Amino acid sequence: MLRKLFRFKGGVEPVTHKSASAQAPIGKHPLPSQLILPLHQNVGARAIPCVRVGETVLKGQRIGAADGWISAAVHAPTSGKVLAIEDRLATHPSGLSTLSVIIEPDGLDTWIERRPLDYATLAPDEVRKALRDAGIVGLGGAVFPTHAKLSAAKSTAMEFVVINGAECEPFVTCDDLLMRERAEDIVHGASIFRDLLEPRRVLIGIEDNKPEAAVAMRRAVETLGFDFEVVVVPTRYPTGAAKQLIRVLTGKEIPSTRRSPEMGVQCFNVGTAYSTWRFVAFGEPLISRIVTLTGNVKIAGNWETLIGTPFGEFVAIGCPKPDTGGFLMGGPMMGFEIPGLSAPVVKACNCVIVAATPLFPPPRPEMPCIRCGACAHVCPHELQPFELYRFSRAKKFDKTIKLSIDECIECGCCAYVCPSRIPLVRYFRFAKSEIAARRKETEKAAATRFRIEGRKKRDERMKAEKAERLQKATAKTSGAGDADATKRALIEAAVERARLQRETQAAKNAETAGNRETALEKNPAVRPNDVAG
Amino acid sequence: MSRDRIHTMRFISPPYLSQNKSVRSLMVKVLLALLPGVAVYACLIGPAILLQMVIASATALFAEAAMLKLRGKPLGPFLSDGSALVTSWLIALTFPPIAPWWLTVSGALIAIVIAKHLYGGLGQNPFNPAMVAFAACIVSFPALMSQWPSVTLDTRFTDQILAVLGLSRNLDALTSATPLDALKTALRISPETPIATMLSDTKIYGLAGGRAWECVAAAYFLGGLWLLRCKVIRWHAPAGFLFGVVALSAACWFFDPGRFASPLFHTFSGGVLLGAFFIVTDPVSGCASDMGKMIFGFSAGILAYTIRVFGGYPDGVAFSVLILNVCAPLIDLLTRPPVFGMKKK
Repeated sequence: MLRKLFRFKGGVEPVTHKSASAQAPIGKHPLPSQLILPLHQNVGARAIPCVRVGETVLKGQRIGAADGWISAAVHAPTSGKVLAIEDRLATHPSGLSTLSVIIEPDGLDTWIERRPLDYATLAPDEVRKALRDAGIVGLGGAVFPTHAKLSAAKSTAMEFVVINGAECEPFVTCDDLLMRERAEDIVHGASIFRDLLEPRRVLIGIEDNKPEAAVAMRRAVETLGFDFEVVVVPTRYPTGAAKQLIRVLTGKEIPSTRRSPEMGVQCFNVGTAYSTWRFVAFGEPLISRIVTLTGNVKIAGNWETLIGTPFGEFVAIGCPKPDTGGFLMGGPMMGFEIPGLSAPVVKACNCVIVAATPLFPPPRPEMPCIRCGACAHVCPHELQPFELYRFSRAKKFDKTIKLSIDECIECGCCAYVCPSRIPLVRYFRFAKSEIAARRKETEKAAATRFRIEGRKKRDERMKAEKAERLQKATAKTSGAGDADATKRALIEAAVERARLQRETQAAKNAETAGNRETALEKNPAVRPNDVAG
Repeated sequence: MSRDRIHTMRFISPPYLSQNKSVRSLMVKVLLALLPGVAVYACLIGPAILLQMVIASATALFAEAAMLKLRGKPLGPFLSDGSALVTSWLIALTFPPIAPWWLTVSGALIAIVIAKHLYGGLGQNPFNPAMVAFAACIVSFPALMSQWPSVTLDTRFTDQILAVLGLSRNLDALTSATPLDALKTALRISPETPIATMLSDTKIYGLAGGRAWECVAAAYFLGGLWLLRCKVIRWHAPAGFLFGVVALSAACWFFDPGRFASPLFHTFSGGVLLGAFFIVTDPVSGCASDMGKMIFGFSAGILAYTIRVFGGYPDGVAFSVLILNVCAPLIDLLTRPPVFGMKKK
């Protein structure tokens, strides 16, 4: 292509293991015996259940309503009966439980009335709201609510919308297959993002190990007559991380302190574009996704799977071999071990790798860091992981902040190359969680201090007013009151009162903001950054 | 619900893939890269070097095992990591091959016990252990550390072995000054003779950096290039070091060719090429960033030349490296590269 590509520093090139699951076309996973739908499948607030136990639901019916702006709805993936609304094992490395709606399918798969969204006539905000209520979230793995990413920054004109088809994680092929088979839907979806964000260019980035996908996407763009640019980028992990792909395609580097629209870019995964179009054109909310099943299985491939399918039933279709030892969700670089086979496929689940010892040999013993610097050379965010490691280990968290630990996207490149086999990402996660806890603590303390000071001021003011009243009373009785001066004093007192009220309100707001952030941290998405596959 | 939990504890923290590199494989490659130098050394200078390497390795491994035991660390992974062997080989290669056995043993003990384990073992030592050993021994036993076998007199292997075992009666007959030492002495004795005339004596000075020694240096150079190709080391520290030596020696040579030897002589004599590829490249005691590595190497090169030409010791590599080891953390602090998205345009 003519477009000049940029390079991000670092990155690694692990064996991709992609061919096994990329041979067969996308299959349709059969209806499971039960569906478990966690209400918290997005970054932000958990959805509020809006069905009752025992109620009959239709396919596509909303069962969890979005709670606030940074939230997304949850829908019934098939028709059936609500068996329970209770805590179930979450699809999360912690192994904790999360509030879920359990649905027993009736086998009829009856759709609710589907209405395409007339988005050409709707106000942009109405479209955003509709996307939120359709449960559309980023399907690259970060599950950030898509509608919340569809507003341009007020200060900066939108330059680029980047559609992420890089899929850099080894083993994962769901985006590859989606692009090969359903390219036109993706391009249509991208056009909706374009209409809402009005960028100068739409760039579709695909790694050069997916030539068929690139051809299909180019053809789709041509057929539909859009001026989008399909750009083939070099295969290099983590090109599929939003910031890295943006860097490669546009040359812009987005620091963690800024949001990409402020720099004129926004990035969406191809799967997100696809589900957006399915909703806009066909009225289908997000109830299924393509999931790669690969690794130690007899049949590897990609399956269009209903959200909520328990992993036990999902992996059965691939016939795991007898020497299986664990199941990973996501890729081998950033994924996690599924805590149990009763946990369900969620919106964030792009891939399940059936693990076995030959594929993932047990880690060799950890050795001391010899400061070889290999980690620093592969860090795509140009950090010094060996220094971060030293300070994380010594619990000198202030130093880790100074060394920009907030920039770490936990891509795992550092640990991948470490000759001493140090699980660096684990140390960084530890440091980050400690820092987050401390920040929350400080915020709480500040809010408390603010409240106490406010109260002190209030007390003083009341005392002063009392004294004033007393004085006035004496003045009145003496009969020598200046009417103007009294009026002025009254106005001044009122202004002061209003100011104090404002301050108290601000303190309260700060506190609620703190709480909201706590909720954000508890996102089920597992990954803090938008890494597509 | 708990019955279907399947955490295997194998997959605690991603990534679950790793490159097939380990501390051991890095160290083994360093040892392999030293082999050409060792071979040339044994052929041209004297096979006693092989005996010294055995003595140094055995002592180092024994000291390593003892210290690990005392510190309550597992022996297996640490003894087999190869780091003690690299240290001991460097000691053998920098000490005179006909030094008495107990000097080599002391060197290895100082390196492993004091310079390495008393500071916390692998990865924790602020100083290059082999250079600490060299500096300690040359300060404590200057005479013994200056007894180099003569390359002009064809010394027999048995004589060298006897010397190592401390049984040699006519040690003086075996030894002669190294080219660097010889040049220094010659310059002091006859300050009027131009240096080019002295260096034309190829019996001592060879063609570039001393008879036989220049071949050893060339072999180290080849080994170093191989390490670069294998990406065990990066080019920044060696390039900085060689540039430091060459730049300063060229400046002095240009200023007064009668008193200062050429950059070629300085590059191929003494420990410059061994130091460039095997000593200033030590990751633990060196700098981490590329810029830091370059500054570290360059400063060490400048210092090495300064000490060797203007200082009291025949060569300056060990002292310059130790001095730069002290500066490494500061250099790292000052050369930390900017992170993604925080660069100044």
